[in-house]
Amino acid sequence: MTHAATTLPHGSGAHAGHHDEHHDDGSKTVIGFWIYLMSDLLIFSVLFATFAVLSKATAGGPTGKELFDLSFVLGETMLLLVSSFTFGMAMLNMHAGKKGGVMGWLMVTFLFGLGFIVMEVYEFHHLISIGAGPDRSAYLSAFFTLIGTHGLHVSFGLIWIIVMLDMIRRHGLDGINKRRLSCLSLFWHFLDVVWICVFTFIYLMGAI
Amino acid sequence: MSHHTTSTMDHDSADHGSVKSYIIGFILSLILTLGSFGLLMVDGVPRGIILPGIVVLCVAQLFVQLVFFLHMGTSKSQRSNVAAFVFAVFIIGIIVAGSVWVLGNMNANMMPPMPGV
Repeated sequence: MTHAATTLPHGSGAHAGHHDEHHDDGSKTVIGFWIYLMSDLLIFSVLFATFAVLSKATAGGPTGKELFDLSFVLGETMLLLVSSFTFGMAMLNMHAGKKGGVMGWLMVTFLFGLGFIVMEVYEFHHLISIGAGPDRSAYLSAFFTLIGTHGLHVSFGLIWIIVMLDMIRRHGLDGINKRRLSCLSLFWHFLDVVWICVFTFIYLMGAI
Repeated sequence: MSHHTTSTMDHDSADHGSVKSYIIGFILSLILTLGSFGLLMVDGVPRGIILPGIVVLCVAQLFVQLVFFLHMGTSKSQRSNVAAFVFAVFIIGIIVAGSVWVLGNMNANMMPPMPGV
């Protein structure tokens, strides 16, 4: 919306819209985004509660202990953890004003995040192909809903990273892009925080 | 404008961390993750300590990432973030603990399935 400043009748240049928005430093946007993340946390907590309640409702189907391959889940966890760290490096480059560094680290983050999603899609495909799909039992419905919701969030994060790469390429590290990167950074780290609960309460507890 | 931005950046510089704080957070997370998986994947761990072990390591890693990656802290600029987070945790506690408690009780009090029905 802001980059469309030239379409405004009184727009005196591509950066007019940018300039107008600088009367606040973006901290209100970031706190607003933080409150969105807290409401997202509530969505996840409801899915966790559902999973906990249905954790014994396997309807004679396979249990988590029979299905989960912990070394595979450890691999997923490592990809997400490393991507969280590399996003941190991107943010440090942003604060240092290094455009190339930000784009490079964002691309690395994207690759690790993509690796995570590829592993998750493979896991889902594997489970469905052995007859342990979401329709097998209430337990597996809850499992697919929770893991799928997290995976969907990561996928949207990947799309957002691509959009930000293009934004930075076009407009550089201006105030607006910095504000958006700050929000994306919170979003990405937040997904890693949720994943800590996922691997502990779904995979590890399921495998005990 | 640039003057204004610079002053807020200086003010917040403690909030966005440094290479060192990210590396500390990453190494701590790595240790806690490997510890959690190790409790289940390494043979010979007493069964009784697995469940409390992974819960403690999970909570520890949540704190590590909130502090080192999400930069939550006690500074003044973080106050509203922390307040929103504490409120969310409070609601989550009610939802999750309440669901497990109430529905767990309901499950336990259900009549067992009758044979031949």
